[in-house]
Amino acid sequence: MTELDVARHSHLVDPQLHVWGWEIPVYLFLGGMAAGVMILTTLLLARPGERSRALRWLPFAAPALVTVGMVALFLDLEHKLFVWRFYLAFRWTSPMSWGAWILLVVYPVSLLVALAALADDQAGWLAGRLGPLGGLVRRARALALPRAEGLRAANLVVGIGLGLYTGVLLSTLGARALWASSVLGPLFLVSGLSTGAALLMLFPVSHDERHALARWDLWAIGAEVVLLLLFLVGLASGPAASQAAAGLLLGGPYTAAFWALVVVTGLGVPALLEVLEGRKVLRATLVAPALVLVGGLALRWIMVAAGQV
Amino acid sequence: MTARRYAMAVDTRRCVGCNACVISCKTENALPSGGFRDWIVQEVHGTFPDLTMQIRSERCNHCGDTPCVAACPTGASHVADGGVVLVSKHKCTGCKACMASCPYGARWVHPDGYVDKCTFCLHRVERGQVPACQETCPTRALTFGDLADPASEVSRLVNRRPNLVLQPGAGTRPYVFFLT
Amino acid sequence: MALSRRQFIQIGAGGAGGAALATGLPTRWWGLDGDPTPDPRTDGDQVVASYCELCFWGCGVLAHVKDGRVTKITGNPAHPLSRGMLCPRGAGGTGLLYDPDRLQRPLLRRAKRGEDVFEEVSWDAALGKVAEGLEGVKQRHGPEALALFTHGSGGAWFKQFMKAWGSPNIGAPSYAQCRGPREAAFQLTFGTPLGSPEPLDLANARCITLIGSHLGENMHNTQVQELADALGAGAQLVVVDPRFSVAASKARYWLPIKPGTDIALLLSWIHVLLAEGLYDAAYLAEHATGLEELKAHVATSTPEWAGAITGLDPGLIRASARLIGAARPASLIHPGRHTVWYGDDTQRERAMAILVALLGSWGRRGGYVKQDKFPLAGYPHGGLPPPATRPKVDKPKGGRYPLASEVLASGLCDATRPGQSLYDLKAWMVYGCNLIQAMPDRPRLIEAIQQLELLVAVDVLPAEICGFADVVLPEATYLERDDDAWNGPWRQPFLAVRQMVVPPLYDSKPGWWIVKELAAKVGLSSHFPWKDAREYVQARLAVKGQSWEVLSTTGVLMGEPFPTCQEDGAELTLETESGKIELYSQELADLDFDPLPVFRPQEEAPPDHFRLLSGRAPLHTFGRTVNNRLLAEPYPENEVWLNADAAARLPGFERRPLEQGEKVVLVNQDGVRSTPVKVKLTQRIRTDCVFMVHGWGQTAAKQRYAFGRGASDALLTTRYKLDPIMGGTGMNVNFVRFERAPEVA
Repeated sequence: MTELDVARHSHLVDPQLHVWGWEIPVYLFLGGMAAGVMILTTLLLARPGERSRALRWLPFAAPALVTVGMVALFLDLEHKLFVWRFYLAFRWTSPMSWGAWILLVVYPVSLLVALAALADDQAGWLAGRLGPLGGLVRRARALALPRAEGLRAANLVVGIGLGLYTGVLLSTLGARALWASSVLGPLFLVSGLSTGAALLMLFPVSHDERHALARWDLWAIGAEVVLLLLFLVGLASGPAASQAAAGLLLGGPYTAAFWALVVVTGLGVPALLEVLEGRKVLRATLVAPALVLVGGLALRWIMVAAGQV
Repeated sequence: MTARRYAMAVDTRRCVGCNACVISCKTENALPSGGFRDWIVQEVHGTFPDLTMQIRSERCNHCGDTPCVAACPTGASHVADGGVVLVSKHKCTGCKACMASCPYGARWVHPDGYVDKCTFCLHRVERGQVPACQETCPTRALTFGDLADPASEVSRLVNRRPNLVLQPGAGTRPYVFFLT
Repeated sequence: MALSRRQFIQIGAGGAGGAALATGLPTRWWGLDGDPTPDPRTDGDQVVASYCELCFWGCGVLAHVKDGRVTKITGNPAHPLSRGMLCPRGAGGTGLLYDPDRLQRPLLRRAKRGEDVFEEVSWDAALGKVAEGLEGVKQRHGPEALALFTHGSGGAWFKQFMKAWGSPNIGAPSYAQCRGPREAAFQLTFGTPLGSPEPLDLANARCITLIGSHLGENMHNTQVQELADALGAGAQLVVVDPRFSVAASKARYWLPIKPGTDIALLLSWIHVLLAEGLYDAAYLAEHATGLEELKAHVATSTPEWAGAITGLDPGLIRASARLIGAARPASLIHPGRHTVWYGDDTQRERAMAILVALLGSWGRRGGYVKQDKFPLAGYPHGGLPPPATRPKVDKPKGGRYPLASEVLASGLCDATRPGQSLYDLKAWMVYGCNLIQAMPDRPRLIEAIQQLELLVAVDVLPAEICGFADVVLPEATYLERDDDAWNGPWRQPFLAVRQMVVPPLYDSKPGWWIVKELAAKVGLSSHFPWKDAREYVQARLAVKGQSWEVLSTTGVLMGEPFPTCQEDGAELTLETESGKIELYSQELADLDFDPLPVFRPQEEAPPDHFRLLSGRAPLHTFGRTVNNRLLAEPYPENEVWLNADAAARLPGFERRPLEQGEKVVLVNQDGVRSTPVKVKLTQRIRTDCVFMVHGWGQTAAKQRYAFGRGASDALLTTRYKLDPIMGGTGMNVNFVRFERAPEVA
């Protein structure tokens, strides 16, 4: 029998393991989704044939999501006024530093890609609405249009980096057994793809585009299932601390939420719906993408919370 | 001459867990209410009446391999003279990546918005004094010194007495040694 | 809160921008200034030597003052009791100085006693009220009707006042509620009481035996230092305690004894030492009487006999006795300090003193050594006050407790209830001791208090006793006042200074000032001719040409070293009537007490009840520190220790067993209920008793931090057993059962 008595009774240090609240999972969710949007819009834009007008607007979703995510991240900072400190250093061992810089690269690349994707009338409308910034929009678009292909390639690379980073941020923190898995990077990347696809499907893209997104989403969900399995097997076969961490999801306090929200709601049901929709058994609705979004957020939430137990 | 490598030996046989180290640290370092840079752990094994208890005065281990410094995005967490791990509060954003990476729970957020932790009282050490916790310890259970100097008291203790470090499996190479 | 958070950010951003402009060249902003070593800058511009008052031990401290604030307190290396090291309480003295709940101005009671409703008044008005009350009591009942209860060094001024006033009734709970029995026992056996600090040479002991003492949790600084030194040097430790204390965890042998059976264990130890020749025969032949009577007395007290009584393995009893015996004479039986347990405490301490004698450790290195006081003269003023005309009144009519050597505080309380004693006490002054927690049987105490015509409380914090006072006088803390020099006994005599580190906060005043002003109001100024405490000490030093300069700068004046043990050439001090160590006590026999200790069984717990034991935590001194924010942070409340296995089969909890840390209410044998307190389920205690640290369960709402935290063992101590020899109140005779604390709505 073991009794442990630790004499530090304070809200400042007692729950010291639980360092991150709601802000970080929200940030990871939005960042992953933005990565998915960057990758998927690039792929859709690269396809030959007609593009819907909705799709031409959608690359803007990436910087928008990143902005909201950064607000969440900012809210988590204990010393918000020092946020610029991130940009006085680049620490290659720190995923937090990588993330800060990736976020900075996301803006120019994704914005230029988005401007280049607009139809002329859309760009004109946008420039008109932005008043004094209109000139800037026109000049940037003029810069981007001839380089659209190169920019899209960059967008793909940065998107993949962003998606991987959201998982790597956790997996490098070796002190937390649940997070100490190299599978987390790819897992969060494919989850980001899935949620990105789901987001895009919420908009009135063309039937053809929607079909492609659903197909890709199925692939992403499939990959996610495989990676989740690898993740759990890796933990359960690891040292005692890892097994204890696996126990959180396999019979512990987070088990019900994990299986109900992540596996069933976020992966199983939408995959089934998308298969049926693909076979024209069901009419395509917003249900499947909405469930994917719920599952994606739940995955981050549970991983961040359970890792800090 | 080799570089200094500061370390601390905590004699669990002498320590009575009185918390004098904790209170001295708080006043020496003007810590806010609720903040602790060191603390006492009593670990009991066995069933009545066959019991053992180890009493430890714990603090940051000033590790040889520092996941906290690696995780810091701004360079606020750094390794200073003698391997002492410090946080430059004017560089700290309070992102808490270091706290998430520390296996020992040695770090906490100061109400002023930066991450705080034991400094081995480096400001005192630079003046030729020992850390405040050691200075006050009534059982003289704490011995700070330079492990790179084989003649130092801490070297003598760590080399001659059986000892353990916390969570050796974390791979952090701690420099706080618990003499058993 | 989203809005306020946003506002906070905006305000903060504006402020920071302004700050950046103001600093002009913000090198820090660009990280160009590197990483300077963080320095909290708590070293004082001024460092003042004094001695501590967080407990009665009196360690030497150095107080650091920066910008008028005391930043930290460290040990004074020149002081023999602290040797540069402090216990947590000493280091946490600023928590008392800057306690936001301190008494700030004199208070006059404005409602019924105990309702704690007061009005702030001037010192002149408050002392006028005290003087008026005292004069009235004197006219109606004589000066002896005033009693003083005191604890702590500042009480010395009030004792002077009592002498000038003409009352002998000066008591402290530290005798009959604490160390009294051991004083009587060692006086009976060796002719001298032990006093404080105890004359123990722990550092050189080769075996140390603790009986119910949890040194280490009980932070008597010097003793803990020496205990660690002894352990570091390879000394063995034997610990007798129903609880696996910190000391027990370091012991070679831990004897988890059934509470109340210690005398049986001690007799069997004596039996083993005598039977196996593990005693100092030559030493006893030269210095002791009564060995043959002792041998006959313990002839049948075998470990097997004691094992059946104490619940201990006879093999363990024998092995520990052999270890203790083998280490003689540097085998130290610690006398303990809080020794009022079962009413037969003088006899238990007698058995311990007999062991000390058998081991030959009285007067020997690593045992009980000689101490002396620094040769300080009295204040050179003419004429002593007239002696009181009536004797002290701490004993009931007919005179009991023949061997009480100090005034019984419990006796003074009893003498306040009409007709109990030779005459009735009508007025109390209570200096720095919270009788509410210190005394057993609270209803009876409060009944006595309600009989008083005047109750004056002098304190730093609004302690519970202040709530019952007619006048509350706020004293300055030890860091804000000069006091008389510390002149306790020690192995090398020394004198220690108490001096003001910072001026008093609020309208608090030092004790010497309060006494001098009060004396002026009752026409006793001639007894207090000194200007202030500093002049008082300086004049005393000047008599023998001793240096105030050295005392006030280094904090201490060291006296001449002298031989303290036989090994150094000291003679044994044996001031008994026979001039010998009295193993067999003729004095006790003459008074119809057992001349040799006899084991008599204690009352057993009623069904489903546990014996209530109490003790100390290293961060706290009784209830005096529980409101100290610094000290309370690592130990914010007490818990009731309950054996985890006993908890699992606790009657009434079958359906939902108690959980770790769950709040419970303790109900004692008389139906008195505690405040809710957390339960600590542990293997570290026997199944027949529970333990809690003394001092919590404070009912004084003005101590805002401590109020409502934990539970009070004193409240549950409605019963006590009087020690017939010296009047100690044995308090480990109460039993409690568990109830689940009601859910807070």
